[in-house]
Amino acid sequence: MTTATHSTAAPATARPAAEHSARTPRKRGERSPIASVALHLTLIVASVIAVFPVLWVLLTSLKPARYSTTTDFFKETTFENYTNLIKDTEFLTWFGNSVVIAGLTTVLGVFVSATTGYAVSRFRFPGKRGLMWTLLITQMFPVAVLIVPIYNIMSSIGLINQPAGLVITYLTISVPFCAWMMKGFFDTIPREIDESGQVDGLTPFGTFWRLILPLAKPGLAVTAFYSFITAWGEVAYASAFMVGDENLTLAGGLQKFVNQYGAQWGPMTAASVLIAIPAALVFLFAQKHLVTGMSAGAVKG
Amino acid sequence: MAVHTSQSVAKAAGDDVARGRSRGTGNPPPPSRLRRALSVHWYAWTMVAPVVIVIGVIIGYPLVRGIWLSLTDANERNVARSIGVNDMPATYEFVGLDNYVDALTGGQFLSTLGWTLVWTVSCVAITFCLGMALANILNRRIAGRSAYRMALILPWAIPGFVSVFAWRFLYNEERGLLNKILGGAGIDSVPWLNDPTWAKFSVIAVNVWLGIPFIMVALLGGLQSIPSEQYEAAEMDGATAWQRFRHVTLPGLRPVSTTVVLLSTIWTFNMFPVIFLLTRGGPGESTQILVTQAYKFSFEISPRDFAQSSTWGVLILVLLMLFAVVYRRVLRTQGDNW
Repeated sequence: MTTATHSTAAPATARPAAEHSARTPRKRGERSPIASVALHLTLIVASVIAVFPVLWVLLTSLKPARYSTTTDFFKETTFENYTNLIKDTEFLTWFGNSVVIAGLTTVLGVFVSATTGYAVSRFRFPGKRGLMWTLLITQMFPVAVLIVPIYNIMSSIGLINQPAGLVITYLTISVPFCAWMMKGFFDTIPREIDESGQVDGLTPFGTFWRLILPLAKPGLAVTAFYSFITAWGEVAYASAFMVGDENLTLAGGLQKFVNQYGAQWGPMTAASVLIAIPAALVFLFAQKHLVTGMSAGAVKG
Repeated sequence: MAVHTSQSVAKAAGDDVARGRSRGTGNPPPPSRLRRALSVHWYAWTMVAPVVIVIGVIIGYPLVRGIWLSLTDANERNVARSIGVNDMPATYEFVGLDNYVDALTGGQFLSTLGWTLVWTVSCVAITFCLGMALANILNRRIAGRSAYRMALILPWAIPGFVSVFAWRFLYNEERGLLNKILGGAGIDSVPWLNDPTWAKFSVIAVNVWLGIPFIMVALLGGLQSIPSEQYEAAEMDGATAWQRFRHVTLPGLRPVSTTVVLLSTIWTFNMFPVIFLLTRGGPGESTQILVTQAYKFSFEISPRDFAQSSTWGVLILVLLMLFAVVYRRVLRTQGDNW
């Protein structure tokens, strides 16, 4: 690589392939055609590996169930797996259960933890350090620590197999997470806004409610979304606490199709697609903010 | 408590937005430290109160109860339960540290811990290296970058349990696509999930597949925050591509990497769904990690052994906290004030 003295702006645009023969020294930021091909090949292979399992499930769901395990990409394309899934199984019930449980968890989680995220981001107060550590450590809690005592407590107050029990359980995950993440988002809002609120005679609560919260809406949305997805995809508590076909969430319901006695790949793949599509669409939309919030909260902790 | 309070108040003098209030009250001799702290900090405390209460009730109380259970011989037959209209009182007894002694001296905990460590280290290391490579490639100017990025993020966008089932579909020994492809090339079918060694390989592969997008996106964010002047300076000094990577990129990524590695280590250590849905810990117990084994004790065997499960749970928590503390201390000695 030569030490070209070109400005940084130049190489981005001026790069017609014919321009440089093997002799001319490459400009900054350029690379040989071989390197380009190698990079593209790597990316293509990686992308195929990333996409293929998902794509294969999608393709299988469009084949008649008896051809599920064939290797053809398309075979008698049909939606019968989907119609059977909705007609013959409790899929819609599970879907409803999951929406209700994940939705309630999200609303409660965000609602409870919003002010805390703000207080931790803005104020110094006795106990803040302890609280930050608690929030951090509770996020590392393995399922194994809480699942048994929560199961026992829930069964003694009759909340096993009840959506409310699962919502309360999921709050153990979502409250610390939401508080931590919202701290990260509030950190990105300039303090001058708080100060202007103070000057205008707002109380700290007024500042939070009238000035900061409206500005933090994107952050709230991302936090809510992530908390929803976590509850949507949770497996351990859902498998342990919910039994009986009509009470299952999607994570439990999908296990019905594939167990040690055999697998119904037709309905399983159709269900997978229906579960994944909404989540994936929103996710791709939200993911940019997701990492920002998470790493901001963590790095500045 | 009182000492801590006064220290924090003194420290807070600098940039606290809301200090105006207390400054306005002049400087009367405080009736008591607690009252003064209360008058300065009441709104902060009010704001954090909901979370503190919720955490105390739904995490703190079960945690205490879990630790208590781990000190007893509780199982399905002697906990309080109601059969029909009869309420049976709990009859389990305090047994001290017996459960811990059993777990730490018996072979099962240690061998499961061994595999859990192998699983965690290999998953995090492989995921991090591949994520780093892909992030660096994606950070270049390359045609179709956003399309590649979309495709590579997909595994993160699909709910984990759905992807795991997709992999189980591919791994299926007689009819799975992977073995059909191998069969097409004349290779004997591989018992992906039915042979202890292959099963270990398979679960790691799935977890790597699931974990790469997060690391890649996080590192990509880190890469974009490294000022390009540093690369220009390195080039002027004649640094090779590798030297630039080693001495500019890696140090620049340090803050992001430390967080990302910590998070993904903890997540992988506790990665319940992959193991549970892919192999249920089998064949035998060969892919059982600590979390799934603890789950098995309390929900899959009969009679359900709540005490042992809690014991394992507490041990897992202790291990993770030790790891986090050590990790942080190591970083601090290397000059990070994370």
